[in-house]
Amino acid sequence: MIGFILRRLLQAVLVMLTISFASFVIQGKLGDPVTQMVGQNVTLAERAQLTESLGLNDPLLQQYARYLSDALSGDLGVSYYHKQATLAVIGDRLPATLELSFCALLIVLLTATPLGVFAAIRPRHILSRLIVIVSTLGLSVPIFVVAMFLVYFFAVEWQWLPSFGRGETHLLFGFWSSGLVTKDGLQHLLLPSVSLAFVLAPIFVRLIRAQMLEELDSDYVRYAWSKGIPAHRVYFVHALKNTMLPVITVGGIQVGTLIAYTILTETIFQWPGMGLLFMEAVSRVDAPLISAYLIVVGLIFVLINTLVDLIYLWVNPRVRIPGYGQ
Amino acid sequence: MSLLTLDKLSVTFGNFRAVDQISYSVEAGEVLGIVGESGSGKSVSSLSVMGLIDHPGKVKAAQLTFMGQDLLAMGEKQRRKITGSDIAMIFQDPMTSLNPCYTVGYQIIEALKTHQGGNKKQLQQRAIELLTLVGIPAPETRMSAYPHQLSGGMSQRVMIAIAIACNPKLLIADEPTTALDVTIQAQIIDLLINLQQQKQMGLVLITHDLALVAEVAHRVIVMYAGQIVESGPAAEVFSTPKHPYTQALLASLPESAAGKSRLMALPGVVPGQFDRPSGCLLSPRCPYATERCHEEVPPAQGPLTRQVKCHTPLDMNGSPIK
Ligand SMILES: Nc1ncnc2c1ncn2[C@@H]1O[C@H](COP(=O)(O)OP(=O)(O)O)[C@@H](O)[C@H]1O
Ligand SMILES: [Mg+2]
Repeated sequence: MIGFILRRLLQAVLVMLTISFASFVIQGKLGDPVTQMVGQNVTLAERAQLTESLGLNDPLLQQYARYLSDALSGDLGVSYYHKQATLAVIGDRLPATLELSFCALLIVLLTATPLGVFAAIRPRHILSRLIVIVSTLGLSVPIFVVAMFLVYFFAVEWQWLPSFGRGETHLLFGFWSSGLVTKDGLQHLLLPSVSLAFVLAPIFVRLIRAQMLEELDSDYVRYAWSKGIPAHRVYFVHALKNTMLPVITVGGIQVGTLIAYTILTETIFQWPGMGLLFMEAVSRVDAPLISAYLIVVGLIFVLINTLVDLIYLWVNPRVRIPGYGQ
Repeated sequence: MSLLTLDKLSVTFGNFRAVDQISYSVEAGEVLGIVGESGSGKSVSSLSVMGLIDHPGKVKAAQLTFMGQDLLAMGEKQRRKITGSDIAMIFQDPMTSLNPCYTVGYQIIEALKTHQGGNKKQLQQRAIELLTLVGIPAPETRMSAYPHQLSGGMSQRVMIAIAIACNPKLLIADEPTTALDVTIQAQIIDLLINLQQQKQMGLVLITHDLALVAEVAHRVIVMYAGQIVESGPAAEVFSTPKHPYTQALLASLPESAAGKSRLMALPGVVPGQFDRPSGCLLSPRCPYATERCHEEVPPAQGPLTRQVKCHTPLDMNGSPIK
């Protein structure tokens, strides 16, 4: 058990090292940092001096070590465009993205679970067939199409909901600007989070349905039926718990998909989060900001996956044995 | 009144008759053995008694009654009240039949709570008694064990504990020892037979082990390709089998093969969904098959207590009657 956790943490560190190296390369090699800082109109001698003082002539490994130690002390460089520490810039945008992702995931969980479970326990019901068809089609519908439809009807045609920006926010605990506490903020949240959920839900509906079907066909479910316990217990106590275990793991991996789609969603809805910030940084070739984004997102990904593994460990009795994995 | 009565019960999957018009009954306190090769329909017929045949399987019967109650006519809820309490079943693979996510205690108490109720403490107490009854050492600590922490034999004991939790009148054991070590098999059978006698349950014992059936069963049913080919008192069926299939099964036992001059094993396997022959289903494999056997389906003959489904049943010496 302890061994498992240690190994998992070691993995996390290795992944972070890899990501940090990639970010380091991007930061150093994307464009010319000197030109970015001083522009074209300085003498060659001044450029050379700046290059030397920035340490750009040192061996690559030494530069990487410096980058790492700076990163560990919380310094991921200064954004060319914002003229601010990149971490501070990202930190400002973090709440917007997290609130969007959280709402989208909540919608996914609340819709995909019942739909997937229903499709599995009533496989021949007309609704189940519909669920299977729609979720299969849904897998291949690009998010901007979904977003376009939602915006067209809800924002343009019926004018019920705003289609861009975050609306009114409130500062919570002194650092977290939240749109969840104002009516305007919630209204602004609706279209982007539903679009995002639309893209993720089909994956989960199909996953939950497939897993549940497999569990319903298992020996222990047949045995549960033979005990004469009520159907809802067979479905929701016996089969569902075993269904959700693998779903948790896949859910962790899908965080990557989620991050990718937040970039698209935020761009479409001009949602002032990290994804939009990233797109802006890319178009401005703001190398420090791009690399800092990669690090932060990588860290979030690794943290969530480690957390998911620990949750799995905690809810799955089969893994909770002393000496597991030896 | 019989405990369980089946009359012309069939289970079909599409056009395939996995169980084909079988009839038998079980009395209180009786051990009925069911034998036959894999694929003979032993499991499917028991599952149909439990009401566990899923779509697309269909169960049809002239009669399927438990203590006079028509199991096929009653509603699903009412049937579930009987299933797991008055009729209980234990399965072949104890390691996969218990839910890996819940403790032993939880799974026993679930059965008790569903059918009998009671407060938490009583349920806990009763579960521990049951574990003691089936010979599980340190039952209090076992209550919080997960299935993967138990050996196969222990898991099977837990399944037996759950099966007898609500004092069933009929217990169906579908190859309860097939998945277990040879050394454990005898212990589990002893336990089952002891419980059966203590509680005067009807026991349907499905097994490959003919020697075991000869030892513990009162009556025996021999199944082949979904049909009952021979039935009767266990001692009689095994001393003087009338059906060539029963004879072949007995001949394949090591002890009889050693002593007798005629050693015979049937070539081939039980016909599956797509290769059922016309006429007698055994005819392609039967050493005594005649032209008639290949064309005409044999009727069941003999008194109800001693039936055989064969055109040329065997005589006292084991030779076909022409
Ligand atoms: N769900 C099912 N669908 C189709 N055929 C089935 C199903 N379950 C069992 N069968 C078939 O029914 C026959 C009898 O199976 P079974 O009762 O399990 O045999 P036994 O228990 O005697 O070994 C086999 O040919 C098997 O393939
Ligand atoms: Mg079987």
